[in-house]
Amino acid sequence: MQFLSPATWAEALAVKADLPDATPIAGGTDVMVELNFRRHRPPALLDLTRVPGLASWSLEGGRIRVGAGLPYSRIMDELGGRLPGLAMASRTVGSPQIRNRGTLGGNLGSASPAGDGHPPLLAGGAEVELASVRGVRTVPVAEFFTGPKRSVMAVDELIAAVLVAPAEGPEQFAKVGTRNAMVIAVGSFALALHPSRQAVGTGVGSAGPTPLRAPEAEEFAAAHLPWESRAALDPETARRFGELVSAAASPIDDVRGSAAYRRHALAVLARRTLTWAWSELCG
Amino acid sequence: MRVRCKVNGADRTADDVWEGESLLYMLRERLGLPGSKNACEQGECGSCTVYLDGTPVCSCLVAAGQAAGREVVTVEGLSSGDGLSAVQEAFLQAGAVQCGFCTPGLVVAVHDLLERSPEPSDPQIREALAGNLCRCTGYEKIMEAVRLAARGER
Repeated sequence: MQFLSPATWAEALAVKADLPDATPIAGGTDVMVELNFRRHRPPALLDLTRVPGLASWSLEGGRIRVGAGLPYSRIMDELGGRLPGLAMASRTVGSPQIRNRGTLGGNLGSASPAGDGHPPLLAGGAEVELASVRGVRTVPVAEFFTGPKRSVMAVDELIAAVLVAPAEGPEQFAKVGTRNAMVIAVGSFALALHPSRQAVGTGVGSAGPTPLRAPEAEEFAAAHLPWESRAALDPETARRFGELVSAAASPIDDVRGSAAYRRHALAVLARRTLTWAWSELCG
Repeated sequence: MRVRCKVNGADRTADDVWEGESLLYMLRERLGLPGSKNACEQGECGSCTVYLDGTPVCSCLVAAGQAAGREVVTVEGLSSGDGLSAVQEAFLQAGAVQCGFCTPGLVVAVHDLLERSPEPSDPQIREALAGNLCRCTGYEKIMEAVRLAARGER
């Protein structure tokens, strides 16, 4: 095995082009588990922790560019105001030690249906910036995942950043698991309200082969929320929203929970988060 | 491969490091620092917690090569000579040590907590230690040790 530690982004892309089987590693919270348990023996590790700028964020053309190497703890500390949904989801990742290392880029690269970072990115309409020696492209996060642990990434590509607009309304994230800390989601849900265009964003985790949106639920809420009057949320609207979110999912029975439980939990999470977010908007 | 880094204030060199090796393995097996414990090897238990450039991390999830040129502080680096650190002393006084396997990781995590929040609330303590598992104490004595260390360090 080789251990390659490029000092620049250009060098990292060149390495990935030469050695497409090299496994990128940043926080190591997924990659090292595979190595420690002898599940995976890549020909090379491509360490991205020395690439300048990857662990930073900036404002770019009205959007926030979250570097792929920015750890969850810094998303929580530095982006809680601009990206509250993503910060909430980041707070539920693993433990403090894991949040100090784990990154959004790693979450996307692993492409687990249960990744905590994915639902808020879906709800916020984020784009993933992919780079290779061939150039740079951006992919809407809703089109990024193609299956469990699979994505549209080509073998020579690396994740550079996530581009997402700052929240212009309330955002929420909720997750169910067996305890509060150190939990892989049994089901998770992210919600974003966009009051200026009277739209609603959703993201569902751990309830399908990929993280997914619930477009019918989004359209229903956008049409039925009392945007103009800012009246209190009709419980029937919240209930129906939950039902539509649940219907959008295609969960399976697995070691963490049953499909029926996941469907039920998602309806509850969606109803609650809509209630919280609407109260925040109108309160 | 060869890895050079600063460990507990001293420049150290580890040779014959396997490219897929963890920082934890390098510390324990190549640098003679067995304080950080090897239990779950998947970041669940926190018994391998060390500081990497001042940030607490699970050393089982850091590739050894990622620590090159960086500064590592292990539980061995928190006390000087034969003396114990205030956190270690508080763990002894409170009876927060039973089998002791989780203790080094907890000591590092508590050290970090008190650096950031010298007077933590109980929820803050629980949150800070959520990634450190103890199967002996039931955590109550550990909570008491943190409160004791916080009072002592003020």
